[in-house]
Amino acid sequence: MLLREVEYAKPSSVAQALAILSENDGARALAGGQTLINVMKARAASPDALVDLSGLEELRGIELGADGTLSIGPMTTYTELVGSAEAKARPILGEVCAQIADVQVRNRGTIGGNLCSNDPTNHLPPLMVSIGAQLTIAGRGGERVVSADEFFLGVYLTAVGPGELLTKITLPAGKRDGFAAVTLGVDGTCIASAAASVNGSLRIALGCVDATPVLLQPASADEGAVREAVRGAGLFPPADVHASSEYRMHLAEVLAVRAARQASERS
Amino acid sequence: MSENAAPVSSSRQIAVTINGTLYEREVEARKLLIHFIRDDVDLTGSHIGCDTGNCGACSVIVDGTLVKSCMMLAVQADGSSIETVEGLADDGELAALQQAFSDHHALQCGYCTPGMLMSATALLRTNAHPSEAEIRKGLQGNICRCTGYWNIFEAVKTASERVAK
Repeated sequence: MLLREVEYAKPSSVAQALAILSENDGARALAGGQTLINVMKARAASPDALVDLSGLEELRGIELGADGTLSIGPMTTYTELVGSAEAKARPILGEVCAQIADVQVRNRGTIGGNLCSNDPTNHLPPLMVSIGAQLTIAGRGGERVVSADEFFLGVYLTAVGPGELLTKITLPAGKRDGFAAVTLGVDGTCIASAAASVNGSLRIALGCVDATPVLLQPASADEGAVREAVRGAGLFPPADVHASSEYRMHLAEVLAVRAARQASERS
Repeated sequence: MSENAAPVSSSRQIAVTINGTLYEREVEARKLLIHFIRDDVDLTGSHIGCDTGNCGACSVIVDGTLVKSCMMLAVQADGSSIETVEGLADDGELAALQQAFSDHHALQCGYCTPGMLMSATALLRTNAHPSEAEIRKGLQGNICRCTGYWNIFEAVKTASERVAK
């Protein structure tokens, strides 16, 4: 399929990328392209210019701090996260990335692209919310740090504004995480998902039931408490060909229980 | 535009090595890598099955990494070294994997075969003796509508055993 005509730039620094993004209204960052190029084929997105971030080494890599904090460059691919010794400090990350799509997509798709596209069926937004990740956003005016709770604003919409880039993902130390999903085929698109993390208290984030991940903080990881928290969240999940609203609601409850159990059973 | 800014343009001169041969071409930024390989370089072994990133028939290996060439722009391949299905045979002699596909009748219509071969090639490079589960995971990005996959799995297994000898 032929894409609409598009301009292309491959900056060699984040500063250059920010300059191009802020000086060209219709410019959009191109990360791994495993979502963006496809939606461009369908004309669901039609950027005037693509700013290819693949040359920016400063946006790559995984660092493990002495206190167990993980700092991840947004251009790090799923495959790199699956294979990284450092990323094993938070084992759920590689486990979930290994469930995304297929080998080819994991080889090019990036954690930053997954978060910034914020498709409600994406795996990583709920996981970042349950973990309590911090997202660093850079603009020409400087940097700011946003918590995952405040990063996801709507379908395909995040706190990364025009002329800005996500430049770092920071995960606090911890291993007690869980993730459960019902997908279209093995490793397919999520119909419903839930991520859970125990770090002092329990945080559960539900995916696919609203425009952004829904954070729940039940008093305990007991099945009854988790089910009650999901039921009491006032959800009205979307319906589509894969699941009715009621069925998605049912899945959310079951998956929240599974994810919470996995998180609490892990040491 | 700021000083020292990277050029923004709708086309670009690229240099790409495919199966050991260097190709230099002017390409539009909107051109997908699969179209560059098939239309500009005339290597039509890599197929376009779905054009939506689902089927894997366009899979090629770029700088050692398996990718779907319909989800990458040709300009992004500038400076890279690409392997396509045409590069597997050595002077007309089938690679062990290709021979195993033939022996096991691992294709019917053959449309998905170039992508299957590239995915299996990439798999066997990182994992010379994959289990059946690993073969399934390694080929999950490639769809075949004829064979039911079984003979393909058998072929990959046989190729891994033959190379080991």
